[in-house]
Amino acid sequence: MIQDYLLEEKLPLFWCAGCGNGIVLQAILRNIDRRGWTRENTVITTGIGCWGKADDYVTTNSFHGTHGRALPFSTGIKLANPDLNVFTLMGDGDGITIGGNHLIHAARRNVDLVAIMVNNLNYGMTGGQYSGTTPKHAITKTSPYGHVENGFDVCRVVQAAGAPFVARGTVYDVVQLDKLISKAIDHKGFSFVEVISPCPTHFGRSNKLGDAPKMMQWIKDNTVSREKAASMSYEELRGKFVTGIFEEREQEDYGTAYQKVIDSLRGGERE
Amino acid sequence: MGEFRFMQGNEAMTEGAIAAGARFYAGYPITPSSEVAETSSIRLPQVGGLYVQMEDEIGSMAALIGASASGKKAYTATSGPGLSLMAENLGVAVMGEIPCVLIDVQRSGPSTGLATKPAQGDVLQARWGTHGDHSIIVLSPSSVQDCFDLMVTAFNYSEQYRTPVIFLSDEIIGHLREQVILRSPEELEIVERNEPTCDPKEYRPYDHSVGLAPLSHFGSPYVFKVNGSMHDEWGRPCARPDNADRIIRHLSEKIEAHAEEIAITRKYNMDDAEIVLICYGGAARSALSAMKKAREKGIKAGVLQLVTLWPVPEKDLLAAMQTAKAVVVPELNLGQYIGEVAKRNARNIPVRGVNRIDGQPIFPAQILEAIEEEAAK
Amino acid sequence: MKQIEINYKWCKKCGICAAFCPKNVFDRDEDGKPSAARPEDCIGCRLCEMRCPDFAVSVQEG
Repeated sequence: MIQDYLLEEKLPLFWCAGCGNGIVLQAILRNIDRRGWTRENTVITTGIGCWGKADDYVTTNSFHGTHGRALPFSTGIKLANPDLNVFTLMGDGDGITIGGNHLIHAARRNVDLVAIMVNNLNYGMTGGQYSGTTPKHAITKTSPYGHVENGFDVCRVVQAAGAPFVARGTVYDVVQLDKLISKAIDHKGFSFVEVISPCPTHFGRSNKLGDAPKMMQWIKDNTVSREKAASMSYEELRGKFVTGIFEEREQEDYGTAYQKVIDSLRGGERE
Repeated sequence: MGEFRFMQGNEAMTEGAIAAGARFYAGYPITPSSEVAETSSIRLPQVGGLYVQMEDEIGSMAALIGASASGKKAYTATSGPGLSLMAENLGVAVMGEIPCVLIDVQRSGPSTGLATKPAQGDVLQARWGTHGDHSIIVLSPSSVQDCFDLMVTAFNYSEQYRTPVIFLSDEIIGHLREQVILRSPEELEIVERNEPTCDPKEYRPYDHSVGLAPLSHFGSPYVFKVNGSMHDEWGRPCARPDNADRIIRHLSEKIEAHAEEIAITRKYNMDDAEIVLICYGGAARSALSAMKKAREKGIKAGVLQLVTLWPVPEKDLLAAMQTAKAVVVPELNLGQYIGEVAKRNARNIPVRGVNRIDGQPIFPAQILEAIEEEAAK
Repeated sequence: MKQIEINYKWCKKCGICAAFCPKNVFDRDEDGKPSAARPEDCIGCRLCEMRCPDFAVSVQEG
């Protein structure tokens, strides 16, 4: 029962009507439930921002740290106790903007973590300013005349940084999202899933994208599968959300590699 | 019996940390602390521990706290520029009440300053570096032996008071090589984490109504939340004014109310001292030498060395201020701890700094000159 | 027949359940509040449940 992992006394959720965060949280809890993980052996770490509030609603262990630093907190938590199942939840502000350096090094370091970055294309918590993923020309509270910068293609960044599992889904295609999270969990090493999610209150309103159902439709209409995207030009892909699995390969994780160092020195077990 | 060794202060810190039970290091190399990282990367896996070099000091501090939340005694080492970056997550350790030890081998600042030269410019940053009201424990070593022994104390305090402890060394002590006894385990008193024993359903890691609440670790039967945001007894977010008041007062009082138990000082010739040198860290070595020279000249000089800088060792400091004719405070800064001394100057005696900020150690002769001038008044 | 329960204490009337139901099971009142008006049409795909951002919809086997 996913209810076992949901701190029901804290509901209703703090997020706005139509915010996709709850959809992602439900997909995560479904996956935890399916595996029968206990609250005791699960840790959910979060950053700061709307999605950073997710730990408020879970009955597992949780760690609510600082903006952008969820991954290094998780790194310490997991390396110090490899038996834990550690989920790292980040927004686009957390994950690729203020915490971008942690993200690329986590991808390279390859600690056995699952990182779920909800990308709603702006800073929701602080009122809708632009983030590192806000697309060019988009209107936000701090790009009132249209954004002059380009947004990151986060999966490309993480893939280039060496993560062994990289995928993107959307809260519209919730069946695919469930599967991507499932595969990320089952993949040993650093597994990264970006989830495109609507912020009807800020990004949607600023860019006249309509209410929550209309924003979901907008995400659906602009989603392109990885396979289809392969034959599209850079210009054709502007403003599109390419979904699917971009990287899936075996690679020795940090904990396993370090344990070999320990074993070679003392032929024993980690204390 | 311990083992006699000749080693560097930074290396002795690593040995002290391991002796204290530390099994996790996360850091980012920076002069003049890098030998702590290097020796930790050699030593930790030998004892089944783990060394991880993070992408910056922000991440280092985060990983350290995460490891401690998972139950490992954890430490890091840095210098001023790194301390500035660590200040953010130091606040998480304060707020989440997660034990850890942060070594700061001070160098000359501000900014990159004189990267290889000694200073004691981080004394107030160690106390107030992270934002918001809080208290913290800061220890200052003045010998390689201190680097070993006091490191054990730092970890003990950290677990006992559920707080980050800053081990405020400086380049002089970090790079000093001298004899040290690496004490054997039976000689050491090690404080382990006060883990909960209650029914896991009843566990409230932030309920301090009857003394400091026990702290569990992730993976135990005690499920808990660590929260950098204002939180209730369970660690769940809580913005109620009375709760915020409770938490912030607690974060200060849990340390300040135990200041005398945390206080470590050393007194040299204080029984009849008229000119008192109040000092710490690398400058304490020069102060001791100056005191001896002053005594040879018939001046009643004494030294009050503060090993605990924060919380302020009130009792010994006030006692010194009661009996001294004058106080001299040698510091490798423009006068940081002297402010604490001056605050306690009820008799309005001369309080004089001897300060050096050019990247050189304070020489005993400089301090002696100040002693002689005060004695002649 | 499937039982579609909506927890109105948690529902924020965002309209996602109704807008994307493949069988048009839901109606919304003038306030936007959803209700399962045609549960007999429900095929049990549970998309409404999974897409609900507020854990407010559940589809049970009838």
